[in-house]
Amino acid sequence: MNGLGALFLRDIRIAIRIGGGAMIGVLFFMSVVTLMPFAIGPDLALLTRIGPAILWLGALLASLLALDRLLAADQEDGSLDLLTMGPAPLELSVGVKALAHWLTTALPLVIASPVLALFLNLDLLATAAVTATLLVGTPALTFIGLIGAALTVTLRRGGLLLPVLILPLAIPVLIFGVAASNAAVVGPVTFGTPFTILCALTLMSLVVGPFAAAAALRAGQE
Amino acid sequence: MTLSADALRCQRGGRQIFECLSFSVTAGQALLVTGRNGAGKSSLLRMIAGLLRIAGGKITLSGGDDERSIGEQAHYLGHLDALKPALSVEENLSFWTTYLGGTTKPAEALTTVGLDSLSHLPAAYLSAGQKRRLSIARLVAVKRPLWLLDEPTSALDTKAQAMLLRLMQMHLAGGGIIVAATHLPLGLESAGELRLGPAA
Repeated sequence: MNGLGALFLRDIRIAIRIGGGAMIGVLFFMSVVTLMPFAIGPDLALLTRIGPAILWLGALLASLLALDRLLAADQEDGSLDLLTMGPAPLELSVGVKALAHWLTTALPLVIASPVLALFLNLDLLATAAVTATLLVGTPALTFIGLIGAALTVTLRRGGLLLPVLILPLAIPVLIFGVAASNAAVVGPVTFGTPFTILCALTLMSLVVGPFAAAAALRAGQE
Repeated sequence: MTLSADALRCQRGGRQIFECLSFSVTAGQALLVTGRNGAGKSSLLRMIAGLLRIAGGKITLSGGDDERSIGEQAHYLGHLDALKPALSVEENLSFWTTYLGGTTKPAEALTTVGLDSLSHLPAAYLSAGQKRRLSIARLVAVKRPLWLLDEPTSALDTKAQAMLLRLMQMHLAGGGIIVAATHLPLGLESAGELRLGPAA
């Protein structure tokens, strides 16, 4: 589909240009993770133990930060109206938008996480495990967030409601993401068990997200 | 090709805007929708485009492509420009052309609306009238039989209004249909008028 490719490129182009805000999430992620050792204190053993959880929380919050722009920007300038009038199904269009959003906001978080893992005294194995779980788990956050973005798109202050709607749905992703990271280091279960469930959560959200979001947009045609 | 509405009812925020609205427009005809503010002109256009839920009645486009919805065969020129300030004039237009399934080169459409010299300028620096012209370029670049125009002349200078009139005449001569919500006479001869709400 030519049109969907054009939409993908357009969203990436807007995100990386000045004012696109692709890097804001990474800066926020850095701030949150950097603050943790100050709050918890220089207890290296403690930081190592809770490091994966801190990285996951930071990534979750940072990805929530950017979500309200996912559809709201297109709603405000009338682009969303025209997107529904194209030959491509709305489900695919919003799916492509979410994919471009993941690539510009969540992938930088995954890339930054090994660097931030140094701050938390994580060893090589733990760092690799956290990075792998973030790489697999963040698409789920984006695609679950897509549903929330579609539900709140017509609300003026939807940006504040969105995290409240999405956080409960993101809990399973957080649980299995952190569980897999910990399993790789301390056990007792193997890394594969929670990691496979995390993969399943992501695959499920990739399917459910676009359909639910398109349905929410259609229902919101007021 | 005929666009017809039958016993159309419009409701917004629990309030009835209009009901029992019926009309029909055939190929080569224009319909001007007039009425006071809040009479439902924009709502009618959005209902035809499939952007607003139809509370009652139905809208049909016969003689078109049955595989596609009315919205996919229509151009909607609303109050919002659907332009991204970070992208250049040409990038904005070529995106919509590709997305909406057009084949015309963006440069040709830009020449038609007189924006060819600004094609590399970011859309953020365009004036209101230039943004409007860039939106109109979309109608030229992608061929669709039904044009839904909401206050098409707003922010346009006299020269651009004449350009728009010429485009509309060409579209009608080519067997297209235009439904326009307007307060001003657009200069189209033999255009039907649909007055919404109580006669003023």
